[in-house]
Amino acid sequence: MDVVLLSRLQFAAATMFHFLFVPLTLGLSVLVAYMETQYVRTGDETYLAMTKFWGKLFLINFAVGVVTGITLEFQFGTNWSRYSAYVGDIFGSLLAIEATTSFFLESTLLGVWIFGWKKLSKKAHAAVMWLVALAGTLSSIWILMANGWMQHPVGYVIRNGRAELDDFFAIITNKFGVLEFFHTVSSAYVLSAFFVMGISAYHLLKKQHIEFFTRSFRIALVFGLASSLFVAISGDFHGVHVSEVQPAKLAAMEAHWETTTRAPIHMFAIPDEENEKNIIEIGSIPGMLSLLGFHDINAEVTGLGDIPKDERPPVLLTFLSFRAMVGLGTLFILLTLYGWFKRNRLLESTNYLKIMLFAIPLPYLAIEFGWMLAEVGRQPWIVYGLMKTSDAASPIAVSQVLFSLIGFVVVYSLLGAIGFYLIIINAKKGPVLEEL
Amino acid sequence: MESALLQSIWFFLWGLLWAVFFMTDGFDLGVGTLLPFLGKSDTDKRMMINSIGPLWDGNEVWLITAGGVTFAAFPAVYAFMFSSLYTPLLLILFALIIRGVSFEFRGKIESEAWKKLWDTCIFVSSAAPAILFGVAFANIFQGLPFDQNGYHGDLIYLLNPYGLLGGALFLMLFLVHGALWLTIRTPGQLQIRADSAVNKLWFVLTAVAVLFLGATYVYTPIYNNYLAQPLLFVVPLITVMALFGIKFLVMKQQYGKAWISSAITIVSATFFCIIGLYPNLFPSNVDSIYSLTAHNSSASPLALKIMLVVVLIFIPIVIAYQIWAYMMFSDQLSAEDLAEEEAY
Repeated sequence: MDVVLLSRLQFAAATMFHFLFVPLTLGLSVLVAYMETQYVRTGDETYLAMTKFWGKLFLINFAVGVVTGITLEFQFGTNWSRYSAYVGDIFGSLLAIEATTSFFLESTLLGVWIFGWKKLSKKAHAAVMWLVALAGTLSSIWILMANGWMQHPVGYVIRNGRAELDDFFAIITNKFGVLEFFHTVSSAYVLSAFFVMGISAYHLLKKQHIEFFTRSFRIALVFGLASSLFVAISGDFHGVHVSEVQPAKLAAMEAHWETTTRAPIHMFAIPDEENEKNIIEIGSIPGMLSLLGFHDINAEVTGLGDIPKDERPPVLLTFLSFRAMVGLGTLFILLTLYGWFKRNRLLESTNYLKIMLFAIPLPYLAIEFGWMLAEVGRQPWIVYGLMKTSDAASPIAVSQVLFSLIGFVVVYSLLGAIGFYLIIINAKKGPVLEEL
Repeated sequence: MESALLQSIWFFLWGLLWAVFFMTDGFDLGVGTLLPFLGKSDTDKRMMINSIGPLWDGNEVWLITAGGVTFAAFPAVYAFMFSSLYTPLLLILFALIIRGVSFEFRGKIESEAWKKLWDTCIFVSSAAPAILFGVAFANIFQGLPFDQNGYHGDLIYLLNPYGLLGGALFLMLFLVHGALWLTIRTPGQLQIRADSAVNKLWFVLTAVAVLFLGATYVYTPIYNNYLAQPLLFVVPLITVMALFGIKFLVMKQQYGKAWISSAITIVSATFFCIIGLYPNLFPSNVDSIYSLTAHNSSASPLALKIMLVVVLIFIPIVIAYQIWAYMMFSDQLSAEDLAEEEAY
């Protein structure tokens, strides 16, 4: 065990855990803001009860998400000091701008929203939730611009032995980051929609609070259908861009070994990284990779064989994450499309409701797979083409990282278990509807 | 020349962000540490937690911003300081994680044991960062053992007499600050207990502060900048006046003003040290040629300029809406407030 591997494990554990909570924060804030707006507009108390019920689940989720985000910003310094010193000019600036412009707004106004029911007018209170949602989205722009820069560095110049800022505008309009933003935020909306639909399905199956949960389900259904379509569209654009700027990731996610035109896609394959070939290839479609990656069936696609061995990402993990992500993404479209036709007969569609209840974890998985693809597929680079992960870690003792890694796993597991437990019991309890 | 000026501006902005973090989250940490001492009943404890409930999260962002600005403006410092102070920093972060969820989790299940668990978590995870921030900063003021081969200290090294004194000073500052917040926001017996706590804690704080000022002369080069430019002594003078102002105002039961006086104490005390530290951000006690300063570890002039524009636009906006939130949530809490569904 070396410091690099332990630090990678620690960062993976910390980010993947953090990202169990981020998407719901992004999406549910929008839904809660919409529900509260409906309440303000119509005066319908059911919308108020919806705002409070979903708001409560939002807050439990937010608490775990926000506290686990704190360590991430500092881990670049603690565990990746060589990286930090090398790219701080650019990467650090983006993180600092995120805190100043977005995170302050989100955190301050959420406190106002929670405790301000009696202190603000109804309209102002709903507006505060919209600002919370907006601030969360703004946050994600900056964070994804920072990640986009690691994926595809632009606007820098190598000077004084580090990457220095050269063109700020190029950095904040980095196409990679922009595409990541649309893909990530829309997938967060899908997750939130499935969360609301799944919990609503639970209560509808029990035939309780029917009006309340039918309405919640339908709002989430529209949101989820639109978002899951958007995820696929933005994913396609994103894939094309990856093909242009990260040939190694494209080759790994398709287990594509030899440079060819009319490159095929394999529905399934077992890559053999030692011998640079696939042991099994099932369901190969010739030309499909060229078509998807470059929107041209005759396009030449670089194979892993033409990429130096020490610049290839782990193939199996990249390949499988990509398939899992796309498979699940397709399923989300089908499920929400089917739901659209059943929207007026939800209560009778018990099988569909059961499927939706058990589908709650699936977007969580899809999003984690997506990040595995993005981050594992970028290896061995920490900044693509510019700095290798192995050159980025801090010169610290293995024992320090080992202890902190154990600390992260233990503390986060406990927090995660408690957080999800509280979300589940409160979700099962259902809304408070005394006023009705 | 221009770049040296930018670096100096950023040095003091960096100090300002830390000072505001201590001023704002300081009372949250103080209230959390006082929880087992002043909270006699569950209602008392809830009252205390709810007194900081709407504000603690926004306050904590000053830490995130201070961290982010260290990264952006002084990447070399961010990289070296945080990897050198690995263990204490992670301990602080874990504590802040646990504190944050404790507020949210505590009231979600009606059980004595459950609440007790989170009360303990709130106490430990408030006291520990208060002390550790003091220990870390005091050690920075006196310099740390590093040279061209890297950092040679560990957690035990940091717990030297001056470091511990720094920890005690921060803890006392935050306790007084937190108790003052409670005198503003809590009613009845709890307010009376908070008032009497301020009166007692103030003497301890003053004693620790005197010791710290003396020890600073012995252990650190902080006074050098002051001896070179005696006009600067006005900053510690403000600290001393504000410190006495707390006592005076509390005796007159002008709690709001006393809290502001305490806020001034914390900010000016931080600036007293920051001015003495200048231009060092992370000094070596082996040889000053290894010290990381505002001038040898900053980001590029372009990055500093862009960040300066961002900060000059957005920090005033942040301050404006935070003041708005503070004004909304500085009234005295009542039993009715605790009955709210959203209350912690």
